[in-house]
Amino acid sequence: MFKKYLVYPHLFWMLVFVLVPILLVLVYSFETTGLNGEAIFTLENYQKLVDANYLNIFIRSVYLAVISSIICLALGYPISVILANREKRTGKSGLVWIFILPMWMNMLLRTYSWLTILEKNGILNNLLELLNLPQVNILYTSGAVVLGMVYNFLPFMILPIYSVLIKIDNSIIEAAEDLGANSFTVFSKVTLPLSIPGVVSGVTMVFLPAVTTFIISKLLGGGHYMLIGNLIENQFLVADNWNFGSAISILMMVLILLSMAITNVFEKDTSTEKKGGKK
Amino acid sequence: MKKFICVILTVVILTGFMTACQPDTRTQLNIYNVGDYINEDVIDIFEEENPDIKINYETYYANEEMYVKVANKSSDYDVVFPSDYMIQKMEAEGLLNKLNFENIPNYEKISPEFKGLDYDKNQEYSVPYMWGTMGILYNKKLVKEDVKSWKILWDEKYAKNVFMLDTERDTLGITLKMLGYSLNSGNEEELNAAKDALIKQKPIVLAYCGDEVKDKMINEEAALSVVWSGDAYYCMSQNENLAYAIPEEGTNLWFDAMVIPTTSKHQAEAERFINFMCRPDIAKMNVEYIEYSTPIGEVKEQLDDSVKNDKMRYPDITKVDNMEIFTYDKELTKRYSEIWQDIKISN
Repeated sequence: MFKKYLVYPHLFWMLVFVLVPILLVLVYSFETTGLNGEAIFTLENYQKLVDANYLNIFIRSVYLAVISSIICLALGYPISVILANREKRTGKSGLVWIFILPMWMNMLLRTYSWLTILEKNGILNNLLELLNLPQVNILYTSGAVVLGMVYNFLPFMILPIYSVLIKIDNSIIEAAEDLGANSFTVFSKVTLPLSIPGVVSGVTMVFLPAVTTFIISKLLGGGHYMLIGNLIENQFLVADNWNFGSAISILMMVLILLSMAITNVFEKDTSTEKKGGKK
Repeated sequence: MKKFICVILTVVILTGFMTACQPDTRTQLNIYNVGDYINEDVIDIFEEENPDIKINYETYYANEEMYVKVANKSSDYDVVFPSDYMIQKMEAEGLLNKLNFENIPNYEKISPEFKGLDYDKNQEYSVPYMWGTMGILYNKKLVKEDVKSWKILWDEKYAKNVFMLDTERDTLGITLKMLGYSLNSGNEEELNAAKDALIKQKPIVLAYCGDEVKDKMINEEAALSVVWSGDAYYCMSQNENLAYAIPEEGTNLWFDAMVIPTTSKHQAEAERFINFMCRPDIAKMNVEYIEYSTPIGEVKEQLDDSVKNDKMRYPDITKVDNMEIFTYDKELTKRYSEIWQDIKISN
């Protein structure tokens, strides 16, 4: 009986702070301001989106986010395996904290510190000079933006993969070894398939913030080009065109929903596989 | 453990209630200013002199951010500090209260050339706070020639050695000036010429910056950058290799003024605050801290000779005719945004 009422505060919260704002954004995106300041229904905000210029922004944002996700996966997967194996062996979870620790700091601060590291007279170049190596100037390039994304979002890749790996029953791996599988076969036939749900949620958790970020591209990219996040910010704060800004946000939400739908398909696949195995 | 947390929480909440019970009968005045744009000691002095008023001081980073908050009435701001074009915009949209100048006797101290300018012709809504110009800050070690023209920012010699501002109005403005047009131009041909020039300039630009340009120039990260005059003088005080020049083609002349938005609930107290800010001793504290130019003649006279006689810092605005003030135009604002996006998108 009592449990039923516990859900109301949550419902109220979702309604007021999630549903209503999204509906407002949706309404804004179908409106334009008339000559006397009245709102008129229109589709022009969405028509504007197919403009080649804006498509370029979308393509560049998705491209950079995909690259960051791939690098995060390539770095994060081996790290997760090492962390999980170590914990299974020793029973201690200490090392994971090293990867969570930077997240206690404000993201803006962490990104600013890259400015100091990468700049022309920065820490990195001073170090290279000390070693008599040639200096590098990667600040204010797409490379620096990808670096910033990988650095900021790597924990989001490691944690889900790690928590899936840690749950894999050791006896399954031992059984595979007993049946004569070498370590490569154990990895490719047992560990990897079982860790796919972690990989999928890791990739989504890196891709989503990477594709919507505006501060990383602004600081490390030197403002040479815009990403979707910068475009939305610009529409609301400078161009004063809330309607078009809302239309971009809605498109963004559709993209996110799509990628979450894909994630769900993957997760279902693996869970049915598991059931099949138990039979 | 849980019990312990409960106890802590209860204590925190109770103390919260108790402090809330102590009545503070002072009127709260919400001041909303650009970041790092006041000598904060001034606020303490005001509260000491006016025991009936408590100041709640908040900051923003750009006019546009302040505008969004005031236009949506999301906070009860009593005094804000917009720039010239933003004052025009807010006035046009009915967001400003008329000032009662009887409560602001110190308005008399503002030099006449700063009164009744285009953004507030009838002197109804605003009291000037600071003014300045835009120009080129350069590093004398890296730039051996005289900086006379905006064209130096397009010189291949300085490839990847130039910082531009990441604000569309300013950057387009100086480009229009370089090409010999008005920085308020609405002429499509002139705007396209400016757009092409800025696209051509992209490979030379190291980065389009905001406030961080100050630290970058002090650290000698680039040879040249576009900056506002006050920032330039701040950087020069930190690094003696830096110098400031206003190009001969002319530049933007800007004013930041104090206004009372319609969100204000304490007009008389807000006017008292504005009057206080114009008092010469207070204005002097502010101008010496911020390093921009003061519109109060009496204060200017008290400054060091090296400051008040510096033509880059205190140009005689009644005599120079190539400096322009930005004007606001709704359609043009949209057009500027589109052009800026085109520039950002091009490779």
